[in-house]
Amino acid sequence: MLTEAMRAILAEARQWGWVLEPEAKRLFALWGLPVPKFTWARDIGEALRFAEEIGYPVAAKVVSPEVVHKSDVKGVVAGIGGREELEEVFARFRALPGFKGVLVEEMAEGLELIVGAKVDHQFGPVILFGIGGTGVEIYKDSVLRMAPLTEKDADAMLTGLQARPLLEGYRGRDPVDRQGLTRFLLDFSRLVMTLEERITSIDINPLFCSSKGCIAADARITLPSFEGA
Amino acid sequence: MNFKRLFEPKTLAVIGVSLDNDRHPANVVYYKNHLRYPVEVFAVNPKGGRLQGEIVYSRVAEIPKAVDIAVIAVRAEFVPDILADCINSGVGGAAVISGGFAESGRRDLQDQVTAIAREADFPFIGPNCLGLYAPGRIDSFFLPSERFVRPEPGPVAVISQSGGILVDQMVKFAQEGVGLSMGISIGNKALVGEIELLEEFGRDDRTKVIAFYVEGFGKREGRAFVEAAARCPKPVIVLKAGKSALGERAVSSHTASLAGDYAVFSAALAQHGIVEARNEFELLSFCESLSRYQRSITGKIAIITGSGGHGALAVDACASHKLAVPTLLETDQAQLRERLSRSIRSIAALGNPIDLTGSALDDDFYQTAEFLSRTPDVDCLIVLLLPYLPGITSDLGARLSQLYLKEGKPLVAYVPRVEKYRMLIEGFELNGVPVSPSIEGAVLMAEAMRRCKPC
Repeated sequence: MLTEAMRAILAEARQWGWVLEPEAKRLFALWGLPVPKFTWARDIGEALRFAEEIGYPVAAKVVSPEVVHKSDVKGVVAGIGGREELEEVFARFRALPGFKGVLVEEMAEGLELIVGAKVDHQFGPVILFGIGGTGVEIYKDSVLRMAPLTEKDADAMLTGLQARPLLEGYRGRDPVDRQGLTRFLLDFSRLVMTLEERITSIDINPLFCSSKGCIAADARITLPSFEGA
Repeated sequence: MNFKRLFEPKTLAVIGVSLDNDRHPANVVYYKNHLRYPVEVFAVNPKGGRLQGEIVYSRVAEIPKAVDIAVIAVRAEFVPDILADCINSGVGGAAVISGGFAESGRRDLQDQVTAIAREADFPFIGPNCLGLYAPGRIDSFFLPSERFVRPEPGPVAVISQSGGILVDQMVKFAQEGVGLSMGISIGNKALVGEIELLEEFGRDDRTKVIAFYVEGFGKREGRAFVEAAARCPKPVIVLKAGKSALGERAVSSHTASLAGDYAVFSAALAQHGIVEARNEFELLSFCESLSRYQRSITGKIAIITGSGGHGALAVDACASHKLAVPTLLETDQAQLRERLSRSIRSIAALGNPIDLTGSALDDDFYQTAEFLSRTPDVDCLIVLLLPYLPGITSDLGARLSQLYLKEGKPLVAYVPRVEKYRMLIEGFELNGVPVSPSIEGAVLMAEAMRRCKPC
């Protein structure tokens, strides 16, 4: 069920055509999808306070309605080790177009996956699952299914990847939390079915998955009013 | 919507025949049905008169019998009135051949026609199409009889957004001996589209396999189609045109980029157990195979051949289509060897592929196929037959087919398709066992069974 708070996030984002990352993460959290501890810091004091609270290292990302592709403008910094470095990053982000603050969050780790959704003209909502990271469009190792997903669908998606051995624990590494990943896909599918009239696509890239669980380290939701990158 | 009279007509009105141009499409349709099909045909033209001595009625209402199907080939702007006439005269359904609707900017006219028909629950195919062809029953294609290649009656229904592709596919069906229950060119699919026909042929007793050529679906129509196909108890095969990303606009999300129109289409088909043919050759092979075998296999293939090279190529083709070619157990190989002619016993390779060598006789092929038909490790046999081997006769096709009828394990064959080998090929085809003119095609026939979930 879509709550008032979730509706408000989408309504606010309509002016930009997409939901800013901290708001998209808040929406995920409201739905029960796991996201890292984060804050949307409007000033450096807030950023430093939060970083100390959760402990370094942290990740920082620029928040700007004008920056859809944050890496393209070096708007993402991971592994910030201390106060000085965070101050430096904050100052640099402040100069980026449309600056509206900085997302400070705990570092996540694990296998980089992508989970996404698209509302297709002919087939309606579809879910994508695959190997994520910045090389996602190079490797193109992904599977698609029409939503809503059944447990069987989710399972078939996990076994449908070329890189399936990576999920199952390749060369001595622990396998990813398969149950957690399946649950994530099913919860995500339910969210997509609830939002299908209001969105055009959702990207979660990366979704970090390890033996301990899965966590959405990035989130972008585009709306029908979106006009381009 | 009731298609009964449209698809099983006893009477046909061809509306729009020309009194001075015998090559007019309506005249072609009139003559071919009049001369060659068991329907009673009536010509209609507002001017009335005679066509080769037969009465031309000025309106469909004047025809003295109840008309089951009207083939309408008049100018687009006259179609709404003609269709209303048909409805008022109690016609059972229509094929609107005429173009000049949505495809050339007149969606308004098309919507008008559709509204009239929908209001009266009157089924019509088209507009802008060839209509329907049912072997031995009815033919609304305006293609001259002498140039038209007719497939035999059989279990495959083909529904195509393109008339040209349908006709071409029918030529190939005829060539390969694949039988057709009905071919329908749906054109602009204003009222009757893929979903309605899928449901209709799902119920039709003649039809065992339903094949589609699809260019695209409307909003959410794809979803409704795959869901209907998943409910259909018969194998459904789809060939999609427009797979390339050309013209797909740049997208801002990774998901939208990875989930392009075709990627989604293909995934949705697979998810619902629909067999996607990647090209027309696959479409033909899949139709041929599934028209005989409506069953699902896990894909454990035994390859029987008289030439090591053919066996090796078939193994490669199997691998590229995710079919397994399991090695036979030593004990099975020993038993099989006992059954072979003394002359090849020591030289035949029985691991799988099973190479009986160029010295093999009909009996060796038969014994091997019989043995493998009873081996649970194998769920389909591919027999690669080289008719020029001295020990093989033209009886072998029929003998192997009889074996299938007795044992029930799917068998497909490869035989080079030249006239000289006709008797061998006929031995298979008269018994309904599929034969491909290529090794790849034979492997595709096995793949069709592996990919067909509801079979």
